[in-house]
Amino acid sequence: MGQGDFVRRMDSGGAAIYGEPSQWQKVHLDLPLLLLLALLAGVGLFVLFSGSGQSNFYVEHQLINYAVGFTVMLILAQVPPRLLDRWAFLPYCGGVVLLVGVLVFGIGAKGAQRWLEIAGFRFQPSEILKAAVPLMLASYLGSHSLPPRFKHVLFALVFIAIPPVLVILQPDLGTAILIAASGFFVLFLAGLPKRYLLFAGVAATAVLPLMWYYVLHDYQRQRILTMFNPEADKLGAGWNIIQSTIAIGSGGLHGKGWMLGTQSQLDFLPESHTDFIIAVLAEEFGLFGVMLLMALYLLIIVRCIIICLRAQSMFGRLLAGSITLTFFVYVFVNMGMVSGILPVVGVPLPLVSYGGTSIVTLMLGFGMLMSVSTEKKRSI
Amino acid sequence: MNEDRAIKNPQLEYRLYAGRLLFTLLVVLIMAGVLMWRYYHLQVVRHEEFVTLSDRNRLLVEPLPPTRGLIYDRNGVLLADNRPSFNLSIVKERAGDLDALLMELDRLVGVSEAEKERFFKQLARRRRPFEAVPLRLNLNEREQGILAVNEHRLPGMEVTVQLLRYYPFADELAHVLGYVGRINDQEIQELDPVRYSGTLVVGKTGLEKYYEDELLGEVGYQTVETNARGRVMRQLDRTDPQPGKDLHLYLDSRLQHVAYESLAGERGAVVAIEVATGGVLAMASAPSFDPNEFVTGIGVDSYNTLLNSPDRPLFDRVLQGQYPPGSTVKPVFGIAALQSGTISQDFRIFDPGFYRLKGDKRKYRDWKKGGHGSQIYLSDAIIQSCDTFFYDVGVRMTVDVLSLYGTRFGLGQKTGLDMPSERAGIMPSRAWKRAAKGLAWYPGDTVNTSIGQGFTLATPMQLAVLSSRLASRGEIRPPQLVRKQENIQPPAGIIKVADSHWNYVHHAMQEVVHGLRGTAKGINKGLNYHIAGKTGTAQVIGIKQDEEYDAELVSKRNRDHALFVAFAPVENPRIAVSVIVENGEHGSSTAAPVARKLIDAYMEYYPETSIVESTHGTR
Repeated sequence: MGQGDFVRRMDSGGAAIYGEPSQWQKVHLDLPLLLLLALLAGVGLFVLFSGSGQSNFYVEHQLINYAVGFTVMLILAQVPPRLLDRWAFLPYCGGVVLLVGVLVFGIGAKGAQRWLEIAGFRFQPSEILKAAVPLMLASYLGSHSLPPRFKHVLFALVFIAIPPVLVILQPDLGTAILIAASGFFVLFLAGLPKRYLLFAGVAATAVLPLMWYYVLHDYQRQRILTMFNPEADKLGAGWNIIQSTIAIGSGGLHGKGWMLGTQSQLDFLPESHTDFIIAVLAEEFGLFGVMLLMALYLLIIVRCIIICLRAQSMFGRLLAGSITLTFFVYVFVNMGMVSGILPVVGVPLPLVSYGGTSIVTLMLGFGMLMSVSTEKKRSI
Repeated sequence: MNEDRAIKNPQLEYRLYAGRLLFTLLVVLIMAGVLMWRYYHLQVVRHEEFVTLSDRNRLLVEPLPPTRGLIYDRNGVLLADNRPSFNLSIVKERAGDLDALLMELDRLVGVSEAEKERFFKQLARRRRPFEAVPLRLNLNEREQGILAVNEHRLPGMEVTVQLLRYYPFADELAHVLGYVGRINDQEIQELDPVRYSGTLVVGKTGLEKYYEDELLGEVGYQTVETNARGRVMRQLDRTDPQPGKDLHLYLDSRLQHVAYESLAGERGAVVAIEVATGGVLAMASAPSFDPNEFVTGIGVDSYNTLLNSPDRPLFDRVLQGQYPPGSTVKPVFGIAALQSGTISQDFRIFDPGFYRLKGDKRKYRDWKKGGHGSQIYLSDAIIQSCDTFFYDVGVRMTVDVLSLYGTRFGLGQKTGLDMPSERAGIMPSRAWKRAAKGLAWYPGDTVNTSIGQGFTLATPMQLAVLSSRLASRGEIRPPQLVRKQENIQPPAGIIKVADSHWNYVHHAMQEVVHGLRGTAKGINKGLNYHIAGKTGTAQVIGIKQDEEYDAELVSKRNRDHALFVAFAPVENPRIAVSVIVENGEHGSSTAAPVARKLIDAYMEYYPETSIVESTHGTR
């Protein structure tokens, strides 16, 4: 198959699928993805009402969070990928500056400095980086030939490394890992040669023990130890994990019924409306509920991958791919930590856990995905 | 830049990208599979285990302690009450730093080492987290106030209310009712852990111990749903506790008061028995103690003071004090002599002031120097308490007859009173001496036994029973504190003695009080009814042959014990009494007046009413 054939096929194929631009395409939205996200938000509200102890306050505020999130998505969707590509360095550099600002002027909470207050508006600059790093990497690698050459890999790694290092200093290991992962996904999708992967694997194995002693804080080491033996500290760090596994396990196949979960309703389950909300779902709707939610997540991911494959520019493909994979990492880390196979890090269940920051950040990503989904073919 | 673009190959790049993307999709699916396997493992494979854990989390089976049965006297006066007690308890899980909390509580209201020790022991036995464990019982109002003010900064501290025993009559009834106290380590092993699951105390002595089973009641349960902080959210089911049975005594608290007061300043015991029923009207042992101190746990110092006092206030003289009954047994041996045919009512002796066994030079002396003279009949021997007469008749009867009748009148065996720790005393016999001392019975032993000395020992309760059997003309009724039947029951047995003999002895005993030469004539002033009585003196130290006993020279502690048994009215006896005053010297001067006071009070409170009616009092 020659190059010409391929391009022609893509053109005709694209036309066959899309036909004339629909109403949704005119506003740069992917209808299936939009519907799936709305469905997920609906499920989230439903579980949140129970998980927050039938609190109208949380439900109302979460509705506002969704409204803001979807608005952000809608706005981002209107920004052409080309524009994103050109100005990708801006949020990245801005984010890094703000991260430094956090370390200097930041507001602490629970022993960690993560917040920055500008004009009475409080936010976590690390959230910006979750979107800015893949944007930057996609822009950088997408502008060169793939697979990336050694020089580009080296630069990419520097771009990836700077924000997580700053975030670790806050310290917020969970977010640092997520940021690093989102950057690494771009590198991987860009076709990072296998020998680098092998090298990275070996390096990681060598660095991990050093991380344990020099990078991790006591409480972080404690969390990891707790994962392996929650019984060791039943009322302390182990409490969350013990109670969440009890909640999940006692839910069984069918669950105890909506708002009838004893673990969550009687406050045995901590953080039942935020990070541990999946345990509420598992307790009240059972394994069926969990599988339905997982199916919903996988449908979203599959739809996103379809968008990735149809994207017209390499920048769009890399960006969309990274966003998609990061989204799944959220799901995996959250469901893994609540069920006790991963250490407890502060990762919410995407679009279900209560909290505006994570919803807006995620919708920011989906906004860029939408933008990529309706990208016109770029003239080379 | 430009040279890079020049060699860009979109097709190859797309393939590379698509390959990588689909590879990650595969990884995503595998990871999703891992998650689903984990949830399947928790929710299906280990489901049962987590259901149990979840229920254990939220469900708490709380024991509901039963209310202890109350104790009333025969007129419905409350003798043992339950009062709300404010207890300081601790929930360890909420306390954070337990040691710091204990230190702070010690600073605020004082916590003794013993209380701490008990707290930690009970904490170790606790069945589930978030269970409150008592630290201090019975907080006073000031302490409650201090704790209420500081509650906000003492997480884990709780003030709970529980019913605790209270004895309004305090020391007056201490030995009768006994007391309840905190369950100790040894009792933990013996008591049914289920029945006592909500109960802190158990009957330690007296009626509280004897009737523990009835008084306790049955524990109830409630299953409650609690939240993570141990707060009860709702009750799921409940089995009410069954309160313990109330006890209604034969005892009259007014008579008890008279009995106890009349022993004020003395060491001794008084027992009064209702002749018709065997019911105990009063039984006092002096000195006494306040049982309320024991309910919440008496301090070590206070306890040692009680324990080491030479007056032995904790010692129940009525049931555990064993004294030589002395002359109080003479009416019984008189009955024995007459009924066994050893002597007739016309039998008389000459009393030179001593008695000698045939072929023995040893003199067994009468208490009266020079003796009671000639023409001493049995009645004179009882009225004047002539020892020589009973030495003579006793030897004629032999110890076997003495022992037989002594036993029939209740000596040497437990009376069967519904109380723990009763002692049996001793009614000596040939068999007893062989078993106890490994020695043969000597005629001299018979001489001593015939006037209630020698080996003979009796408790005040036994002497009251003896008096009651004399009064009722041989009706055997075990004494009873708790009235179980409304009606008077037939006696358990009867001592067969001819009526003329009963009349004879009753008359002689009446003369002890009312006769000119009666040893207890000092108490007959102003009596408008007849009392039958018999004085007694129990030697505390042995007196050597021909040695004079000089009360002035003997220190108070070594003086004789004074005894008195009595019943009244003689014509239709309703009350039988025994009194012992330790080191009171003469039954006539110290013990008899106590009996008079008590019988007077009885005659005043129960003038002529039938016994059945008078025992009908309920609350």
